[in-house]
Amino acid sequence: MIAKLKREYGSGMEALTYVGQNYMLVDRSLIPEILQRLRDEEQFDYCVDLTAVHYPKREKPFDVIWILYSFARNERIRVKTQIADGESIASVAPIWATANWLEREAYDMFGIKFEGHPDLKRILLPEGWKGFPLRKDYGILQQDNEWVQINLGIESGQ
Amino acid sequence: MTDDTKTLSPLDLDTPDKTHLDANELVINMGPQHPATHGVLRVILRLDGEKVLGLECVIGYLHRGVEKIAENRTYAMFNPYVDRMDYVAAVSNGLGYCEAVEKLLNVEAPPRAQYIRVILTELNRIASHQLWLGTHALDIGAITPLFYTFRDREEILKIFEKYCGARLTTHAFRIGGLQYEAYDGFEKDVKNFISFFKPKIDEYEELLTTNRIWLERTKGVGVISGKDCIALGVTGPVLRASGVKWDIRKAQPYANYKNFDFEIPTGENGDTYDRYLVRMVEMRQSLRIVEQAVAGIPEGPIMAKVPKVIKPAVGEVYHSIEAPKGELGYFIVSDGSTQPYRLRVRPPSFVNLQALDLMCRNQLVADVIAVIGTLDIVLGEVDR
Repeated sequence: MIAKLKREYGSGMEALTYVGQNYMLVDRSLIPEILQRLRDEEQFDYCVDLTAVHYPKREKPFDVIWILYSFARNERIRVKTQIADGESIASVAPIWATANWLEREAYDMFGIKFEGHPDLKRILLPEGWKGFPLRKDYGILQQDNEWVQINLGIESGQ
Repeated sequence: MTDDTKTLSPLDLDTPDKTHLDANELVINMGPQHPATHGVLRVILRLDGEKVLGLECVIGYLHRGVEKIAENRTYAMFNPYVDRMDYVAAVSNGLGYCEAVEKLLNVEAPPRAQYIRVILTELNRIASHQLWLGTHALDIGAITPLFYTFRDREEILKIFEKYCGARLTTHAFRIGGLQYEAYDGFEKDVKNFISFFKPKIDEYEELLTTNRIWLERTKGVGVISGKDCIALGVTGPVLRASGVKWDIRKAQPYANYKNFDFEIPTGENGDTYDRYLVRMVEMRQSLRIVEQAVAGIPEGPIMAKVPKVIKPAVGEVYHSIEAPKGELGYFIVSDGSTQPYRLRVRPPSFVNLQALDLMCRNQLVADVIAVIGTLDIVLGEVDR
């Protein structure tokens, strides 16, 4: 399967393995097409997880990762792409309904915008919170003090 | 999935329509402080009389930033934190985390450690299901099962306490194996528990399985199809009760589950009653696994050769286990330092909770309580 995709997309994707786990690095522009094909043709019908990693020093600082599983093949695969700060990525909520909350969480924690998401808003943090905590430049003790003062009536949450 | 998978549009909570009785639809708030939400879950319900037209979950009240904490702790220091996610199944959380790091380090726990791990994890699955049964039945109106299950759960917690000193947040495992050797009489305690608990499951079933009120409150309530489960990423007993025979212990065996003989129960209707039956059988199957494991604990070391300072090579790994609630996964990115560069937890409760809206549509308000109970969520894990 991976060889077939590789043949078709050439330099747009790269297939790798680490400790026996397969993953693909895919160009951002190919993401919607490849994910759609993985579900429709290769039976990856279960989107296990969707998350991101922040590398602040890189030109395209975010990795977005989809972890997929196929019941028919009993196989997992990870799809990974790089995006720049402020760049959006296509939502997969129309492909896997479960992505709805997972994308909201990625938006909440990293500020990544998912295009075509039905209702992209914060999920774990309150609405109106400023900052994206899982970015590397967000300190571990940092909080949105303004939000805390307005909504909780205390000086600081620390 | 095929086109018949239901996709739900977001609720418009601001403009209620007229109902067929020419009254306004109601938008009401439930929680976050509500005894039947099993923690701090807030649900906004849109109602036509007693009928639920849709709902929205508001979560995050218990958010502690576990993933951020992980980036600022060493691998060993982070180990106790995972117990605080699904705090009624702390042992399972620890197993998933330790195995994920072991995979990253390319070490494997020795056989003796594996056996003790399986025994404790399966006992924890029983304890988690007992807590689910007690509270779920209590929500629906049956008070007695709560006393029965908590009485029996205590016996498991006593074993945990004797083994590692803690009842709930156990921190039972270490990366590479175990810190503590099984105490004197561990095997006897576990065997005693097996013979003590077997008739107790029958006792629970006598109270509920053919109880008319229980049947009325659970049959046909909160139905979800296997297809919808897969589309929504729902795993664990909920998925199996909808007829999908999938359990990571069988599909992609971890620890040493491939050595044990056990069955995966499935349901047919995907309703609250089937989920109840599936979990009851799971408790019996867990006992079976514990029985086989305790009979076969080999001698040998309990700790693999793991460096004092854990520094995995640059790379990333995803490892998941079948926790009592469903697929619990850890995705760890290592940059070669002593702390994880990124640690992502794939929480079963969080993903399963997303199905609440679909399962409650066109049901009665009272059934929302039943469905929250049957999903078996732990808010500590939903919010992390």
